[in-house]
Amino acid sequence: MSNKEKLSGDRIQRVIEICKTVDERGVDPFSLDIDEIISTLQKYFPEWDSPEEMAIDAEAVQCLASVIENQGNWVKYRSTSLYTDPFLLEDKIQRLKKEDFIGVFIKVWTPVIEMEQLSIPYLTEAMKYWDSLVPIDERWQNDNPMEVGTGTITRGELVRQKIFAEKTFMEDLVASWDQLKQMVGEKKKILYWDFIGCNTYKETLDRAYMTSFLVTYGYATLELHPLDEEVFIIPFTEPRLELADKQLVSVPISISFDEWDKWKEEKLNDKKSLL
Amino acid sequence: MTKKAYYDRKIKRATQLLFYKHHMKPGVKGWELKNALGSDYPKVLKILENHLEKLDLQIKTVFEGENPSGEPTLEELNKARFYVTVRGGLPEKDAKMMGWRIDDLAGLATAISYIISKKGKASRDNVEELLRSKLPSWRVEMNIARYIRNGYLGEDEHNQLYLDWRTRAEVDQKALVELLLTK
Repeated sequence: MSNKEKLSGDRIQRVIEICKTVDERGVDPFSLDIDEIISTLQKYFPEWDSPEEMAIDAEAVQCLASVIENQGNWVKYRSTSLYTDPFLLEDKIQRLKKEDFIGVFIKVWTPVIEMEQLSIPYLTEAMKYWDSLVPIDERWQNDNPMEVGTGTITRGELVRQKIFAEKTFMEDLVASWDQLKQMVGEKKKILYWDFIGCNTYKETLDRAYMTSFLVTYGYATLELHPLDEEVFIIPFTEPRLELADKQLVSVPISISFDEWDKWKEEKLNDKKSLL
Repeated sequence: MTKKAYYDRKIKRATQLLFYKHHMKPGVKGWELKNALGSDYPKVLKILENHLEKLDLQIKTVFEGENPSGEPTLEELNKARFYVTVRGGLPEKDAKMMGWRIDDLAGLATAISYIISKKGKASRDNVEELLRSKLPSWRVEMNIARYIRNGYLGEDEHNQLYLDWRTRAEVDQKALVELLLTK
């Protein structure tokens, strides 16, 4: 920022501060020369480039608008019967004797009546509360925590209590991989639906879920034939763990109930035709 | 229940609500009166006002913000706060009985008048300076704290003093300025 720009920025900051002082301190808003401030803002406006400078300019305009609003309120107040020249009033305050001032104030002062009184039902209620209140040394007594001895638990018990799963996820994954390899056999690959398709929809979903992890963790890969709309799964003989770190592409495959139903029907028809 | 019995019951309830302190501040909000007395509570208050007049008391309504120019709407009344105050002026000697020393009351009157002359807001420094011209410094600070604590004055984050709820409820600002000017 050049020295000239810095100087202009300081000038606008000063304008903002002056406007804020008028607003916050109740200074006569007419003591500001609005025209001069507007011409200052106009003068520096072409120099602003950055959003920060524009924001300062906008803030200055907003503060100025607030001063103008204040001027309106000031005029409105002066036109009311409550307005009196502050100097005249101050002079009166200074000159009046304490007793005279009290005399005036007493005439316009109408203190609020407020009463506080206890009632018998409330006192009875309070006594009942007191009786039921546990003494403070008992209330603040430290509770002794219950002692619990250590013991042993078997894995089977933890599985029964649903704390542990019967099989770990990795065990499930490896089992699926073995199953895939077994189903592929010598063919090297299998149609996606032929692998995941099971007798029930739930089993199909479970198989599809595990298949997604087989591919992600490098136990198998997918072969896509977009023109034939066919997807094959190719199991690896050894897991390629390096693939797990670099997921190259995501393949969304829809497994809706209708699709499963259609697959199952086709499979039945195939079986019938073979027979 | 006859109409008279109905209003007698409501007036008793209104009296309890208006006279006894229920919260930190005295008085009661319009919507609280509406909940306790029903939507015709302005009528109940009018009847109660007639009773209070004989005791030289009155029900004072302090609206949120500025006073409505015409007859207040039910919505404005619901948001307003109602107090029971003394109706006419007090004899000078009675002020002493209310726990006010003459110096403290004169200081309050001065602070209020000065703030009115400054359009309802004046810097605390200026008010203190004005009071110091006639009162010892230690007393000025103590008094301003008392005026603020009692709800006569409020102070904002810029150390500006303004007239708070109690002044609006208890002091006829217009009459105060007029009387001061004629002195």
